[in-house]
Amino acid sequence: MESATLVRMANQIADFFVASGHDEAVNGIAGHIRSFWDPRMRRALYAHAEAGGEGLAQLVIDAIAALRLSDSKIPTS
Amino acid sequence: MGLIHETDFGTPGRDGAAVTLEIDGMAVTVPEGTSVMRAAMEAGVSVPRLCATDSLEAFGSCRLCLVEIEGRKGTPASCTTPVAPGMKVATHTKRLADLRRGVMELYISDHPLDCLTCAANGDCELQDMAGAVGLREVRYGYDGANHFDAPKDESNPYFSFDPAKCIVCSRCVRACDEVQGTFALTIDGRGFASAVSPGGDDFLDSECVSCGACVQACPTATLIEKSVIERGQPERSVLTTCAYCGVGCSFKAEMQGNEVVRMVPYKDGGANEGHSCVKGRFAWGYAVHQDRVLNPMIRERITDPWREVSWDEAIAYTADRFRAIQEQYGRGAIGGITSSRCTNEEVYVVQKMIRAAFGNNNVDTCARVCHSPTGYGLKQTFGTSAGTQDFRSVAKSDVIMVIGANPTDGHPVFASRMKQRLRQGAKLIVLDPRRIDLVDAPRMPKALHLPLRPGSNVAMINALAHVVVTEGLVATDFVAERCEDGSFAAWTDFIAEQRNSPEALEAVTGLPAALVREAARLYATGGNGAIYYGLGVTEHSQGSTMVMGLANLAMATGNIGREGVGVNPLRGQNNVQGSCDMGSFPHELPGYRHVSDDATRGLFEKVWGARLESEPGLRIPNMLDAALDGSFRAIFIQGEDIAQSDPNTKHVTAALRAMDCVVVQDLFLNETAAFAHVFLPGTSFLEKDGTFTNAERRINRVRPVMASKTGLDEWEVACRLATALGYPMSYSGSAAIMDEIASLTPTFSGVSFAALDRLGSVQWPCNEAAPEGTPIMHMDRFVRGKGHFVVTEFVPTPERATRMFPLILTTGRILSQYNVGAQTRRTGNLVWHTEDVLEIHPHDAEERGIADGDRVMIASRMGTTTLHAIVTDRMPQGVVYTTFHHPVSGTNVITTEFSDWATNCPEYKVTAVQVTRTNLQVDAEAAE
Repeated sequence: MESATLVRMANQIADFFVASGHDEAVNGIAGHIRSFWDPRMRRALYAHAEAGGEGLAQLVIDAIAALRLSDSKIPTS
Repeated sequence: MGLIHETDFGTPGRDGAAVTLEIDGMAVTVPEGTSVMRAAMEAGVSVPRLCATDSLEAFGSCRLCLVEIEGRKGTPASCTTPVAPGMKVATHTKRLADLRRGVMELYISDHPLDCLTCAANGDCELQDMAGAVGLREVRYGYDGANHFDAPKDESNPYFSFDPAKCIVCSRCVRACDEVQGTFALTIDGRGFASAVSPGGDDFLDSECVSCGACVQACPTATLIEKSVIERGQPERSVLTTCAYCGVGCSFKAEMQGNEVVRMVPYKDGGANEGHSCVKGRFAWGYAVHQDRVLNPMIRERITDPWREVSWDEAIAYTADRFRAIQEQYGRGAIGGITSSRCTNEEVYVVQKMIRAAFGNNNVDTCARVCHSPTGYGLKQTFGTSAGTQDFRSVAKSDVIMVIGANPTDGHPVFASRMKQRLRQGAKLIVLDPRRIDLVDAPRMPKALHLPLRPGSNVAMINALAHVVVTEGLVATDFVAERCEDGSFAAWTDFIAEQRNSPEALEAVTGLPAALVREAARLYATGGNGAIYYGLGVTEHSQGSTMVMGLANLAMATGNIGREGVGVNPLRGQNNVQGSCDMGSFPHELPGYRHVSDDATRGLFEKVWGARLESEPGLRIPNMLDAALDGSFRAIFIQGEDIAQSDPNTKHVTAALRAMDCVVVQDLFLNETAAFAHVFLPGTSFLEKDGTFTNAERRINRVRPVMASKTGLDEWEVACRLATALGYPMSYSGSAAIMDEIASLTPTFSGVSFAALDRLGSVQWPCNEAAPEGTPIMHMDRFVRGKGHFVVTEFVPTPERATRMFPLILTTGRILSQYNVGAQTRRTGNLVWHTEDVLEIHPHDAEERGIADGDRVMIASRMGTTTLHAIVTDRMPQGVVYTTFHHPVSGTNVITTEFSDWATNCPEYKVTAVQVTRTNLQVDAEAAE
């Protein structure tokens, strides 16, 4: 998946949750991505974050950290 | 089964206290306000009539329905005389018979006596009445002044107007006024010269919208379907449901053998109650159009010619390619799209095939590109992904707020209901950049029109809510009892901030604060406030936020949970609601239950006998992205034309080209089929056996009026493909599929074909608690328990007008065409819309040297296309508008990749463009 697309989508999600304060926003972003994103999209997002996370909002970076904890057994296909 | 003849009671029914009277010696009890004519009919006594029909208010012009009433002088018209307690009425006496014969003599003296060759022979009320009154001679002869030579008007593609046969009963004029609300017809002239007139030169040139209400109301052959003139009277009826918009009108398909003669709106249809629009009533010819492909076809490469094959070969070929792709690239490398034009049963089977036979959740539906934000937003706030009301509810509304919808074009039959209520005095607020027809419709008070800037919806809804909260207009008792304390408090803190005031947001919305305050006060304090919205709400980068904003506003003002109020999405396609209900989203099983829920998945796994994936799958835009990165390589597309309908055409077609196997199931070789390796012919709604669920959650039966022209039902195709893939799937018929749906979906547990045949239709939830369905939701409590308020921060779309692209393009649809036009372009509707055009404000046009009718080039950062311009002040300055009904227009070549943050619903409504005059007609092309 193209990183630019995923970054834009993730940042848009962050824009929605930003008003609810840091912790709630991080949970909201992580929950939304967990609920609606196909595993390959999540993997690609994690890979982008690992590669420096260019363009990602800080809330998304924080949410990815939270997500990865619960997403350790993400399917590969 | 023969023809269905619905009882015509002559005048409309009434609600009121019971009144008992005596008619022809029989005691009859009816509601106060009922006419004597209707009371008689309720007692089984038919009073002769010509100008009366129960879809119209009584008019009292034909003088045929005279009766005698004990104690009253003369012979009053029974249609205009209300019942009274103890009244004694005689409907058939010698005196009345003589009077009626006299009246009929006069009518017939100026009526062509060509009954044997008349198209209405056997279905003519004038003929019937001549028989009913015992007319045996016409003493006046036929040589006097008459209208026999009045020229016919054949301009309308679907019906003929023969004034020679007109009895000037005004039923057509009144139907246009009272039922349709267009006021296109009038009685021109006086006395003997009185004649029905459409104004202008003819019907085609008039304001007539071809809804068919006049044809339906006409008691003679004056206004009659050309199909009846050509083929003769039908011999049998089949009750079914229209396959166009989300109103879901019920129709009688009137047949001769296996040929449809006409479609007649059904009076007992819950959604339409006897009304129709030009598409459902007349534009059904596509179903039997010569362009239909009736045999499966395959090809190795998309550059190869198609090869017709048997169903067996097509299924085996598809299964082989899908299996090979999965073996090489993994289970998740394939997926599918369900169609909102297919039945619930067909959609259910396709999503089951994908989940159980493909072994993944890569299933999505065309609702992705229209109302997916509705599903998300209403589920978050109310607890379920559906509108709250039935259509009838609008009759109890006092303030109607229409947002981002154009019901007179997109949902015309519901618009007629709405206009009836508005003519009774309800107030109208329209939030739309364009001055849609409702804003200044005839015989209605002018609407409060808020022409907000495209992309400013959330700012707008926040400003409205700010007024409600800061001016003390919150329905505090409702909120305290029905909604969450915590989320309400957080929301009020947010919304009360000065930055959300109409004044602070003027620069964003482009609207004077006073106008916004006026609208907010009216909605909050004007009585029952109802919100109706369309894709102008959802197709934005903040579509889901806006839907939640609407829900916030409705809850804060207590406008939810009873008749006349609510939050109501006007769904675009006939079965958008149903396709979502049936588990077409990649994260949800049927009934909107998340795939990660072990208990729900367990239920399905047990019944389906397959292990189901617990991870969400790809949505349509994600599938296309994944196709370009090589991880998604094959797709099954049921009845959708993504190459025309989805945004950023260049991206869509590149993704389709990148796939190894594209399977298209459709009636026609659509634009997407150009990229397909397998074409599986689909069935039209006239061949389908199943159900559609409309925008009011109403489950209607779709009954086959003819056998499948392809040899298979669509659900059978999915079953065969699933079986070929190693997952045996079969049903005895559509009813069995619905039984399985009901067994697995709590909101459908009371639904069956038998129940639908008995009840006509039901609105889900239909279960033990509501065995006859639920017209209005959230009556005592929200589905989720307490109503949940959501903070709706306004985030501007990144798509903005720039110096290079200074105008904003927004898209929509028009009355005569539908979606990508695959159906309506193959009907007589083309006469009204031969091409997509660009609407532009006079100032914007003048600045660019553009005159009405000029060809213009529209360029966005994605691509260019050319259209003819219509210069109109219905557009605000800075905004242009077009439709996407014609593939040659390539409207979606210029729309962008931006989408709703929650659902990826594309942002069709905001594209920055430049418009320039051009002499060239160029095919739409994507920018490199």
